Amino acid sequence: MIEVKSVVKQYGRKRVLDNVSLKIEKGKITSFIGPNGAGKSTLLSIISRLIGKDGGQVYLDGELVDGIDCNSFARKLSILRQSNHLNVRLTVRELVSFGRFPYSEGKLRAEDLDHIERALEYTQLKEEADKYLDELSGGQRQRAFIAMVIAQDTEYILLDEPLNNLDVKHSVEIMKILRRLVGELGKTVVIVMHDINFASCYSDYIVAFNKGQIVKEGNVEEIINKDVLEDVYDTNFVVQDIMNRRICFYY
Amino acid sequence: MKKPYLLVILILLSLLSLFIGVRKVSFLDVLKLENAAIRTMVLSRIPRLISLILAGMGMSISGLIMQQLSQNKFVSPTTAGTIDSAQLGILFSLIIFPAASPLVKMLLSFFFALTGSFLFMFILRKIKLKNTVIIPLIGIMMASIIGSISNFFAYRYNLVQSLSSWMQGNFSMVIKGRYELLYISVPLVILAYFYTNQFTIAGMGEDFAFNLGLNYKTIVNMGISIVALISSLVVITVGRIPFLGLIIPNLISIYYGDNLRKNIIPTALAGAVFLLFSDILSRIIIYPYEIPISLTVGILGSIIFLYLLFRRKA
Repeated sequence: MIEVKSVVKQYGRKRVLDNVSLKIEKGKITSFIGPNGAGKSTLLSIISRLIGKDGGQVYLDGELVDGIDCNSFARKLSILRQSNHLNVRLTVRELVSFGRFPYSEGKLRAEDLDHIERALEYTQLKEEADKYLDELSGGQRQRAFIAMVIAQDTEYILLDEPLNNLDVKHSVEIMKILRRLVGELGKTVVIVMHDINFASCYSDYIVAFNKGQIVKEGNVEEIINKDVLEDVYDTNFVVQDIMNRRICFYY
Repeated sequence: MKKPYLLVILILLSLLSLFIGVRKVSFLDVLKLENAAIRTMVLSRIPRLISLILAGMGMSISGLIMQQLSQNKFVSPTTAGTIDSAQLGILFSLIIFPAASPLVKMLLSFFFALTGSFLFMFILRKIKLKNTVIIPLIGIMMASIIGSISNFFAYRYNLVQSLSSWMQGNFSMVIKGRYELLYISVPLVILAYFYTNQFTIAGMGEDFAFNLGLNYKTIVNMGISIVALISSLVVITVGRIPFLGLIIPNLISIYYGDNLRKNIIPTALAGAVFLLFSDILSRIIIYPYEIPISLTVGILGSIIFLYLLFRRKA
């Protein structure tokens, strides 16, 4: 479990996170939703220690994250940020192999190779494995990064807008992969999402942010409803049940 | 798969390099252990060959590491202020300790090169606009400023001539006893080889490196130190060699990608081949005279550089 206790982050005088407390349960997909600048990505970065915090604590399985050394941390929790347009020419297999770096330090053993193969299989990239990243489509490239995280084999996987710039087909593919990771391998996935309907269809738990605070958290039924969403986004919403899913109309 | 080709070309060019020169030395003379022939070989030809190979490998690997760590394909020791800082260091050692040994001069030059490179990396971190073209431009501007400081002091202390001998790469002055410092670059290149995976990961950005449990700052600091040390060794023994660190890694990356584990050896070999080829050309074009190698490298390098630029657009 990830436990966030009254975390504060401020840039100058502006508080981007104001006393945020949150518990993220194991074995679930938890989505962070909310308008731009609400602090979702900032919190994700603080949990994963990419940026520092100005107050509060973060616990990972009951342990303060600040005390964990880099390498052990990289075996427990992985993070993928928004902009992964690398200008580094690597093949898919090379990128995925780097996911094993926390374990192998570069010398791949049989066990590492198994993990790499499994990650390629999971993301259906076996045929593209020897292609360079810049030869792939946007969706394939995003899958390659997710494959790397799968090879990293961490209990917790944090993703910052993994569906950014992807078309419908590729977005669905990615979300299905993430669902399988949770269902079959028991991973804990935390995602920052912009598309509310994707959050509604694929999450177990949703946390709604606004102005640096958590407005409301709960399961899909509790969050995906007119009152909560109108409060979070300051926009008119119509929410309907379609094929047992809650779908929002806000256009 | 292309590695053997490069190695074969390197060996052929090495042999050719040994037998080109004003004093005619034939293969047979060497085999017969003729005194004059052996002396020419040991005193001049072999030192020249070794320094060419070491400088070629060192500069191309420095460029490779620099490009990877700055995440920019146009950065190299010449466009990041490293070389100019090394020159400033040599000048200072000439002014302050004129009688110092080459090793002391090298250390001072290394210290300057290190400071200059870190200054560049610091500026890189501070700029918001991470445009591909802006970054090397800033490096070149910084290098020019450092270069003009060198010129100013060189004028004040009547050292313009000494300074210019380090400005232009030149292998004709390399003889036994004047190039051995370059051997220090061998362990550095080997050290770089052991850290190739770390350099590749660091090249994907600080967040990316952190996610994989890598201490980004340590790796960057180590990479920059290796680059600064190799650069100052090369500048103090043979002088400034332009373009090499820029074009060779780019050329090799087309065929081998950017995984350093895969491309570091081809890059080193190609750097040596390119420098050796340029040197042979400089020695035969106006035979029995020589044109400075920096001129040959500059012309060949700029042609290849243009090719790379046009290729990018296509």
